[in-house]
Amino acid sequence: MIKFVNVSKRYSGGKVALNDVSFHLAPGDMAFITGHSGAGKSSLLKLVPLIERSTRGEVLVDGTNLSCISRRHIPRLRRKFGLVFQDYNLLHDRTVYDNVALPLMISGMHYSETGRRVRAALDKVGLLDKERVYPITLSGGEQQRVGIARAVVNRPPVLLADEPTGNLDPELSKEIMELFHEFNQVGVTVLVATHDLDLIAKMNHRLLVLNDGRLMADGMTRDLL
Amino acid sequence: MNSKSRPHVYRSRTTPKRKIADMDVETEPRVRSRQQKSKLSRLVYMHSWVAVSTLGLLSRTPFSSLLTAAVIAIALSLPVGLYVLLDNVRGLVSNWDNTHQISVYLKLGINEEDALKLAKRIQSWQEVDRIEFISADQALLEFRKNSGFGAAIDALQKNPLPMVIIVQPQASITEITRIEKLEKRLSNIRQVDLAQLDMEWLSRLNAIIDLGERALLLLTSLLGVAILLVVGNTIRLTIFNRREEILVSKLIGATNRFIRRPFLYCGFWYGLSGAVFAWILVEILLALLSGPVKTLVGLYGSQFHISSLDLQIIGSIMALGIGLGLLGSWLAVGRHLRAIEPS
Repeated sequence: MIKFVNVSKRYSGGKVALNDVSFHLAPGDMAFITGHSGAGKSSLLKLVPLIERSTRGEVLVDGTNLSCISRRHIPRLRRKFGLVFQDYNLLHDRTVYDNVALPLMISGMHYSETGRRVRAALDKVGLLDKERVYPITLSGGEQQRVGIARAVVNRPPVLLADEPTGNLDPELSKEIMELFHEFNQVGVTVLVATHDLDLIAKMNHRLLVLNDGRLMADGMTRDLL
Repeated sequence: MNSKSRPHVYRSRTTPKRKIADMDVETEPRVRSRQQKSKLSRLVYMHSWVAVSTLGLLSRTPFSSLLTAAVIAIALSLPVGLYVLLDNVRGLVSNWDNTHQISVYLKLGINEEDALKLAKRIQSWQEVDRIEFISADQALLEFRKNSGFGAAIDALQKNPLPMVIIVQPQASITEITRIEKLEKRLSNIRQVDLAQLDMEWLSRLNAIIDLGERALLLLTSLLGVAILLVVGNTIRLTIFNRREEILVSKLIGATNRFIRRPFLYCGFWYGLSGAVFAWILVEILLALLSGPVKTLVGLYGSQFHISSLDLQIIGSIMALGIGLGLLGSWLAVGRHLRAIEPS
């Protein structure tokens, strides 16, 4: 599903964020990326939906080489992914419902279908009763669950999450990770960048360890932690 | 949004075999049949949705929205008002254009019988439609009545006025050269003192109207640019205010077209509301002017009245307003949207 072949990323300032990274994430897999801050976790995740482009090597998604995707076709690529962010990236002038409905509106779905999908997604993250409220009135954990509902509402085959629990306490973090695990259980490919080793130690999934842009280890959490 | 980017296109290729079963409340075939609905109805739905939602967005800041519309309205009403006035004057003049009368003053000392014979002869010319004979006595009577110099005329011992034949050329003769030829032929007659075709003031007036129209064109262009700048700047601020929304939308796969659409509709609504206000404004201006104009033309013995806006002009105002609104927002969006990219 996601394949990195000798990928390097150097920013215009000269900073090397990724150095010769190779791995393959099969459809339906779930993996964590970890490493100290600045190790390249976010950079790696940004290469997949083409928020950034690699300077060397190849990134393949679903067999398509991303270097072949023109600027015009980036939106179509991004709809394959559900993106979850550390700071949630919710729109605060819109209700929870409208936030979650945004990807469906973008793909031009009819409103009757939209309502069903949005409620199904909100139900899945346990926020069905909050559809009319504004995100600002929700707790951090709830806001992140709205973010996840928005990421999955379009039923993307891949979920990408960058430090999704970075702003949450351990209890809420655990709930969020369990949600990712549940989506993985029904066939969604999940890639989560996190530095919360305690949290992922309890879940047995694949783990990619980055250090200064290099992939230092690739194995199961049980073996590595 | 192009057909390639429709969700069902990629979903049909990439949805994992195991579905997100517990999220799925709809069976797949039904979804597909719904999504196969004609492209047109989907487009209509999407556009009407964006149109209504941007209208809602603008109504959330009524003061600034109305302000923008008012600026557009004033900028539009100025050239439109001028155009209507010029058009009216032009209509008035074109009525006069068809009355190329030639006044033929006969020499003094000709007796009335000869004059009437001459009038009859002129009447028989091919290019003459009809004539009107004004005897010296008639002319004096008329002059006494209209000029107010009655007492002064009474002091005269002899009627100083010549007999006049007013010649009306055939309506089919419109070229000024042919009328001038007729004028010349008339003035060549032995008994005729002077044949006068007073067209000069008409050509001067026409020249002034032409100048007015040119000035109007320049004014319209300038104000058009002003509207573009006003709309462009308003949209630029809107884009800036909705920066976060644009970023998030781009991150989750919105095409530029999708992001552009609400801003274009904003421009559309600004243009349309500005045009409607301009229409109302011009009607009010014309209503305010019609009284004084009536008094003025009454003094000239004319029945002329200012005609209000016809459908064609109203349509033009709307088209101009909407066109400029759309173009202004298009320019702003094209310039500023590209700069907002997630990183």
